[in-house]
Parts: sequence; structure tokens; C-alpha cells
Amino acid sequence: MTRLAVFGATSAIAGAVARLYAAEGASLFLVARNAARLEALAADLRARGAAAVTTAVADLNDLDRHPELVERARAALDGLDAVLIAHGTLSDQAACEADAGLARAELTTNFLGPVSLLTALAPVMERQNRGSIAVIGSVAGDRGRGSNYVYGSAKGGLGVFVQGLRHRLGRSNVAVTLVKPGFVDTPMTAALPKGGPLWAKPERVAADIRRALDRGPAVLYTPWFWRWILLIIRLLPDAVFRRTRL
Amino acid sequence: MTGFQDSRTYRAWGRAHRFAHAVARPRFADEAASLLAAPDGPTSVLPYGMGRSYGDSCLNRDGGLLDARGLDRFVAFDRETGLLEVEGGVTLADILRVLDHAPPSERRWFLPVTPGTKFVTVGGAIANDVHGKNHHEAGTFGRHVAGLRLLRSDGRVLDCSMADNPELFAATIGGLGLTGLILRAAIRLKPVPGPWMESEDIRYETLEDFFALSEESLAGWEYSVAWIDCLAKGRALGRGIFTRSRHTGEAPAGAKPRTAYEPRLSVPLDFPGFALNKASITAFNALYRRRIPAGGTRGTVHYDPVFYPLDAIGLWNRMYGARGFYQYQCAVPTAGAPETVRALLETIAAAGQGSFLAVLKTLGDVPSPGLLSFPMPGATLALDFPNTGAATHALLDRLDAIVAEAGGRLYPAKDGRMPAGLFQSGYPRWREFAAHIDPRFSSSFWRRVSVPVDQPSLGPSPGPSDSPPSHSPSPSPRP
Repeated sequence: MTRLAVFGATSAIAGAVARLYAAEGASLFLVARNAARLEALAADLRARGAAAVTTAVADLNDLDRHPELVERARAALDGLDAVLIAHGTLSDQAACEADAGLARAELTTNFLGPVSLLTALAPVMERQNRGSIAVIGSVAGDRGRGSNYVYGSAKGGLGVFVQGLRHRLGRSNVAVTLVKPGFVDTPMTAALPKGGPLWAKPERVAADIRRALDRGPAVLYTPWFWRWILLIIRLLPDAVFRRTRL
Repeated sequence: MTGFQDSRTYRAWGRAHRFAHAVARPRFADEAASLLAAPDGPTSVLPYGMGRSYGDSCLNRDGGLLDARGLDRFVAFDRETGLLEVEGGVTLADILRVLDHAPPSERRWFLPVTPGTKFVTVGGAIANDVHGKNHHEAGTFGRHVAGLRLLRSDGRVLDCSMADNPELFAATIGGLGLTGLILRAAIRLKPVPGPWMESEDIRYETLEDFFALSEESLAGWEYSVAWIDCLAKGRALGRGIFTRSRHTGEAPAGAKPRTAYEPRLSVPLDFPGFALNKASITAFNALYRRRIPAGGTRGTVHYDPVFYPLDAIGLWNRMYGARGFYQYQCAVPTAGAPETVRALLETIAAAGQGSFLAVLKTLGDVPSPGLLSFPMPGATLALDFPNTGAATHALLDRLDAIVAEAGGRLYPAKDGRMPAGLFQSGYPRWREFAAHIDPRFSSSFWRRVSVPVDQPSLGPSPGPSDSPPSHSPSPSPRP
């Protein structure tokens, strides 16, 4: 029986991943901020087949609580086969440009938060000498763009951190994967105009993440075509890139 | 928290109406409450589920839609008693997926009533008080709702059942989403021996044969329905294939249960408007009837093709082309039902406008708790008509006259054009219902059928602004 811990469980992508594990009869540990929503999620996963669901209400911006939450997850599940780190916000770029305090807060949520959590998690996984971790990054971290470089820099920094952690934990048979979703039709992206072939459903992205947690690739672009879109964007010479409005 | 966004993509299944809406997609009950409380939201709202209503009963032109599909969680499932509680946006396919994955040691449960597609939400099934092929035994879906939780626009959350808020409960069953947002509902499932059905197809030659077969099948067959060749005339009028089935514990050798929880194939684009015409439909109907040998067929099959044959073809509605289609479904009372159905079929055959989806079934006398429930003891006839503009409307007006004369009614879930007078005469408790409508909730359908009518009888509707652009080309760009 698989044991999965999810941090940021009420996000649409994390919820869809948890459902896939529940249908397999997994045991789950869920962390989110809103107690009522977390309970609704847990009841759903139990009815859909999860062997057991334990919850912890916590604001993951409260970095000091991370070691305690990791320990509770490990104890509740008696070991961790898979961990998904999914909390985050899509920053309002214009507001961050006008307010350095807001930019710092966004970097705390999207960069320092996962870094703190992963730092608490790493020794637990090392001692187990097995398991896999998936961290939600973003295609926005691949190249700084005028339209969202605050969010992009948090996700880009997180990408380098995850890369290094993967290198370190590889010696302990622990796979760490950076997940880079493209446009996903979730509440986080509600303010963007939607539709067209680039937009994916959270269920589609979740199925990719589920597979990655078994196979442990370094990077997962989801859906797959973003790997090639981002390759082109990264390779654009600066002289060309400057003229785009990406 | 995310608010309302403008959208032009929300349609009904018939695709004949193309309206602009402000759409919000709450994922949690508290988000739905905040959306209704926000001061800058649209003046009126309507819950929207899977959009499987055919006409404008799931649309709210230039108003708001609360897309409830994000409220898709199971709340509790007691595998001992079969009481299932789910949020309003959970679909019947979601439920079947969970029921099908029951451990072999546990009791097996099934939907007490299911319509012809599993891609509807529980909220939608309640709001339309849907029925199925077992209406003569089980009544409507609403009869199996143990209770529901309603969110009103004033922020109140009301638990409704036969015991608590019984009037609001009765208004919400078949209430077309107008009494508030159904946050969750508890359904009494029915025990079954397994996923298999004993099913029999019988070719029959006349309308009298249909009524005789229906009568004969009341004993021992839980489910019955007939496909009819609606272009057959004269002595062959009403001929078709009668299908009856029941649950069985005996599995066919070597067969594996397999349910399509997601639409499998899809009609990828609109067929050209001329693809469905009298010649092609006549040819199809003749071939389809010949599929069943004169002696009939009998076998044990999985429940999925028995209940949901059309679910295997995603978006089959696009076969009717970009102008969409109308479905016409009426219920007529037992007294005179054979004569009324004959008159309807004669009118359709004479007009030569039928289609290949024509369904006839008898309805039983199990009462529904709902004030606006569609079924009545008698028979129900359902047909699709490609939207060819004025000719289609003229035929449907003639059918209206026959239905009204017989004391029948049309099904709001299928309707996009019935005159207000026919609605009001068909649903005599509509004023009592109207008192329970949430003041913030409305729909294009409701604004259309609730206008004052001098005499509660059939008459031309005054042409309110929500009526579809049926006589002129669609004003909105094609996709």
C-alpha cells in the first residue's frame, strides 16, 4: 500500500493527484490552510477508496512549523513512499513591481516555503533510503519574462534547489522531480483568458505527476509539449526575445 | 477567491442557443457563498452542471452561471446501508466509478434511477427530477433523495428533506436550479447482485403491440423502453424495438465488466447541415430495425450499454450541425395515451421531419415529491429534430396542440421553445413553486415560461428576449 503526503492539498492539481492515489487504496496525509476544505477533501478521498486519510491544518508560510509537519506525516503514515509539494500562489506581477514587500512575500510562498519544507524532509527520506518527491515548479522558471518574472524567479530558484537536492538524495535512492506545468485550468489561473490547445485540465497534469512519482525523472514538463515550447523560448537570442511580449 | 468571468462558451446540449454569461467556478462550498455575497457579481445567477439539458433551462442569457462541476466531492458513503452523500457537482459517472470499484466482499449498489446519460451532475439530476427506464417501479430520481443542502443567495445554508423545510425540498426536486445552489445531497442507492443485466430486444410491428408489451413487462422486468421508427406510416405507425431488462447475478462466461467513465469517441466537429435529411434518416431507421431479428434477441450484458448507449459517442449532439437541434419530449396521461401518441406520430410522419432518436416509454404512478416534476402516469415520447428554422417550429407547434388537448406536458430539461401557456397548463403548481424561487436566481427558460398568459391554455408566446435565434442565422460567430 502506497503512502503519500501532500503539502498544499486543496490546490486543484494536488487534489487530482490525491484522487489517483485514493483510487489505488493508498494512505494519505494532507496539509492545507483551510480546515473545512481540508475535511471535505479528506471525506472525498476516503469514499473514493483511500485506506486512511490524516489531515493537518497549517499555513505553510509559517516556515517554523515545517519540521513538525514533516514528522507528523512520517509518523501518521509510518514512512513516506511519495511526497507532493504543491502549495504556491500565482503572483500579480504588476503589484509586485510596485511593492517590494509583496515581491518578498511571493518569494517566501513560492521559494523559501518549499526550500524550508524540503530541507526538513530530506533527512527523513535519507534515513528511509527510498521514496520519491515531486515539487511543483513552473515553466515560468525557465526564462525570466517581463510578464511574470517575480513568480518566475521563485520557481526558477526552486528549480536549482530541487536539482541540487536530487543530486544529493540520489545517493540515498530517493528521486526528486521538478514538475513544470504549463497553463492549467485551475482557480490559480482564473484571472487569465482561457481556452485553446495550450490549456490542460488538472486531471491530465495529475496523471503525469502520478507516473513521475513512480519513475522519478529529473524534470517533468506537463503536458509534454511544453518541453519543446520552453526549449525554443530559452534558445531565443536576447535581441529577438526583447522584442516579444511574452 | 476567484470571481465571475465573461464567457461565450457555455451551451446547452441542443446547441441552438448561444448566449453570453458571466461564469464563476466555485470549488468549495465557502467559495460559492462568497461568490453570492460579492457586491459586484451579476444580478442573476443559475447553477450549471454538465450542460446536458437540451434547451435554455440551464442557461441564463447575459446573467451569471455558477459552474458547479468543481463541487465534485463525495461526502460520505455507507456501504452497509447504501446511503451516499455527495456534493452537487459529482456526476453519475463519478458515482458509478466508485460503486464499480467496491471490494468483492462488499454489497454492490447501483443508482436507484438513471437517465440515458451518466454525464450529468447529481445537482442537475435533482433539479430536473430525471427519470429512467424503471419509472414504472422506481419513480423519479427525486424520490430517492433522502435530503439535500441548499445555499441561498442571502447566505443561508438550508438542509431540506421530507422532514426539514419540506416545502423548499418539494420545490427543489425538479426546481430547475431556481431555488438555490444544491451544495450536497444524500441518495438512497439500490442493492444489485452485480454489474450484469439480462436484456431482451423485441421487434414489434404496431403501436398496439408497444402498449401490450409494456403491460406484459410490468411483471418481472424493471426496465423497459422502446425505440420507434418515427417515419413509419399507416399500419406500420409506431413500429420499433422494445427493450426490457433486469439486473442479474449471473455473469456471462468470459466477459469483463467495462464502463466508459469518460466519453470514448468524440464527434470532432459539426456535421454539415444536410447530413441528416429525410432520406438518410429513413434509411438508418429501416436498417436499425432490421438489426433485431424477427424473433428478438436475449442475452446477458453489462449495464453500461444498456443504460448509456449514447455515452460511447462523445458529443453526439454535433451530428446535427452548427444550428443544433431541438428535442421534444412530452408526457401524456394514461387515459387516451395510445390515441394521443398515435396522433403525435401521424403528425411527425406526415411532416417527414423525424430523426433516429425517437423513444417511447410508459410511465408509472409512483409519485414524485417535486412540485414541477415532469413524469405523469401515462406515456412519454421523446424525439430529436434538427433545427431547420421555421419548418421545425411549425411542426412543434402542431405537436404542442395535441399535447395540450390531451392534458399532457413538455419536459423543461429538453425544451428550448415551449410557449408559456403550455408550460403553465402542464404544470398547474407552477405559481406555488414560484414562491420558493431564490430572488437572485433565474434562467432564460424561466423568464420565457413565467410571463403572464391571459388564459392558461395554448397560445403564441409573446416572444421574450431570451427566445433563441431560430428563424434567423445565429448572431454569434461559429466556433
